[in-house]
Amino acid sequence: MAHEHHHDHDPHAPVNEAHGMRPDSVLLERALRELLIEKNVFTASEIQRQIELTESRNPELGARVVARAWVDPRYKARLLEDAKAAIESLLGIDLNLTPDLIVVENTPQLHHVICCTLCSCYPRAVLGIPPAWYKSPEYRSRLVIEPRAVLAEFGTALADDVEVRVVDSTADTRYMVLPRRPRHTERMSEAELVALVTRDSMIGVTLVPEPQP
Amino acid sequence: MKPCFAPGDPVRVRFAEPPGHCRTPYYLRGKRGVIERLIGTYPNPEQLAYHRIGVPYQPLYQVTFGFDAVWGRTEHNVTISAAIYQHWLEQSE
Repeated sequence: MAHEHHHDHDPHAPVNEAHGMRPDSVLLERALRELLIEKNVFTASEIQRQIELTESRNPELGARVVARAWVDPRYKARLLEDAKAAIESLLGIDLNLTPDLIVVENTPQLHHVICCTLCSCYPRAVLGIPPAWYKSPEYRSRLVIEPRAVLAEFGTALADDVEVRVVDSTADTRYMVLPRRPRHTERMSEAELVALVTRDSMIGVTLVPEPQP
Repeated sequence: MKPCFAPGDPVRVRFAEPPGHCRTPYYLRGKRGVIERLIGTYPNPEQLAYHRIGVPYQPLYQVTFGFDAVWGRTEHNVTISAAIYQHWLEQSE
């Protein structure tokens, strides 16, 4: 393995040479993948297609959903009622094979923030690959033990009268936060709103920043 | 399995330590909460993990817990919400 160990940042490096992965897990992944191909469980091109699909998912999808919900109350109602159907119809993507999805709305009285204490469940269908900190044991344990302190470390100070609700993605559903629409955005177009929505605000660790004047 | 809890019902998560895979976090076992709503009915993940088909399917609920009910101390205006399968829930007073 040693001769294949990359320390530079080669953008064309194979996906299994990811930085920060332990060499034994890289080896395990490769052995498992080659065995599954050899046993005809799936083909190399099917794996490649799945990697491409996974990489095509990114937080801009979630941002488009949020912006539409901000400008269209009827869409928002559908989104909160049946998130998968509302997202499929807006984005034209197929969520048939992805876990069920629930969108939780942040309001002036209630602030949701999501985590997965058991592993790293994340709304990949609309936010893509989770950030490393989301998967860290520190975030996963501390968010349910001292959520206001964790939020403060993200720079998110909430008033005492705002209920903080930590949503632990324990089972068959994934959660995405519909963040509050910031002030001074009344005249912005839907496209401008999309650009304003951040990944972290859809996890609930931050608020959507007000636009710069 | 038919759903047997309704929104607003007080429940307690069973305290149990079954061997093998399960999706009920340890820190919520034995803790009291309130049913927020029924999410749906799903194959039992404790069986799916071992290549079984997961019958009987289990109703899955969104359950909200007060922070002090979980940790025995107060953190101002905080709740914890988790999805818990019916076979892990029992009626609470």
